[in-house]
Amino acid sequence: MLSRRIIPCLDVRDGKVVKGVRFRDHVVMGEIVELALRYRDEGADELVFYDITASPEGRSVDRGWVERVARAIDIPFCVAGGIRSVEDAREVLHAGADKISVNSPALERPALIGELAAAFGVQCVVVGVDSLRDADGEWRVRQYTGDPTKTQALARRTLDWIDEAQRLGAGEIVLNCMGSDGVREGYDLEQLHAARALCRVPLVASGGAGAPEHFRDAFAVADVDGALAASVFHSGAIAIPSLKQYLRRAGIATRL
Amino acid sequence: MAVVLVDAGGTNIGSVRYALQRLGVDAALTSDANAIRQADRVILPGVGAAGPGMARLRELGLVELIRSLTQPVLGVCLGMQLLFERSEEGATECLAVIPGAASRFAEAPGLRVPHMGWNRLRVERAHPLVAGLGTDAWAYFVHSYAVPANDSTLATADFGGAFSAVVARGNFHGMQFHPERSAGVGARLLKNFLEL
Repeated sequence: MLSRRIIPCLDVRDGKVVKGVRFRDHVVMGEIVELALRYRDEGADELVFYDITASPEGRSVDRGWVERVARAIDIPFCVAGGIRSVEDAREVLHAGADKISVNSPALERPALIGELAAAFGVQCVVVGVDSLRDADGEWRVRQYTGDPTKTQALARRTLDWIDEAQRLGAGEIVLNCMGSDGVREGYDLEQLHAARALCRVPLVASGGAGAPEHFRDAFAVADVDGALAASVFHSGAIAIPSLKQYLRRAGIATRL
Repeated sequence: MAVVLVDAGGTNIGSVRYALQRLGVDAALTSDANAIRQADRVILPGVGAAGPGMARLRELGLVELIRSLTQPVLGVCLGMQLLFERSEEGATECLAVIPGAASRFAEAPGLRVPHMGWNRLRVERAHPLVAGLGTDAWAYFVHSYAVPANDSTLATADFGGAFSAVVARGNFHGMQFHPERSAGVGARLLKNFLEL
């Protein structure tokens, strides 16, 4: 049986792991390789590294730390941030990343998703979606969320974009519900459930984890394949070993 | 011990190499026939599609060479599928050192393809390659094609039915998951392979 995945997310800025609240006010949480090893030892199923300033600054991810992480850890990891071409992706994959995640550049040019899938296979290609509910009740996509001064609200509906992304060749969708991000009141189950209904590839929940029950609900109610969180793990508010014990007791398939 | 990684263009070669380094083995990355023939252990990694993978081996003139090897050989992920007779992926004729074929997972409610994530290994047959695996051993899989359980299967995993997770026939061995990304379980299996 396939297990549900617990995925710490490490936002990277200037070579350090940082975390902000609602994508703002970043504080340094630690060194990249050190935190990666800590999470590996605690039983994280996968890691995601977001180079949060790469896309707004129009540059690709720095492959130096990708290689250091690849040498150090023996669990899969995904790298996101400023990957805007097959060549950018190749650099990161050759440095040892298992998957690459595209977000803003895929919104600029959706064909990028298909090009990446053709070059490396859909299993390497994750599409990150930053989504916020607008006043009219529709979830819509946000772009360049790494820098609040550059973030743009798009007319594109979140569910339409998820559908298009998987048709173009996304092998996995990470849905970051910005309205619940950083406030620890639970994942946006309503939005995740709506995404799940049309998502045929693995779906990862992001934004809002604050308690073990939130993870359970994301898996049991919204039926997501993975749950991503940052601050609750970085701060030690939730320890991964006890979280996974809890999930297994709750009947969720979990790797211990 | 001379361990070589066959460079057939897969992007996970670096990760496999680092995993071996963590076990104290510095594997050479090569597509040179002599280096492969003389190695003590040969590993065929691979992420990508069966058709391009076989095309690359043909271009490099390695198809007959790999078939003729007598030392322990390990195919990882796509590298394992290439050891079989064919793959449904692109209707590809493969190396055919193990009978059987890879076919695509059928999508079904709750079965999202690619099969991506950690799945539990179930040992079906005792063999030095799967020595020391407990009943709660998990490995990391990322694939859309798989080989059904057959005579060469040492361990299975379940994804809408049992499929081959670890296989062995003579000196040819395969792991459908990524041992280099399967934490302690993966390290144990790689160590078992090096000690065959």
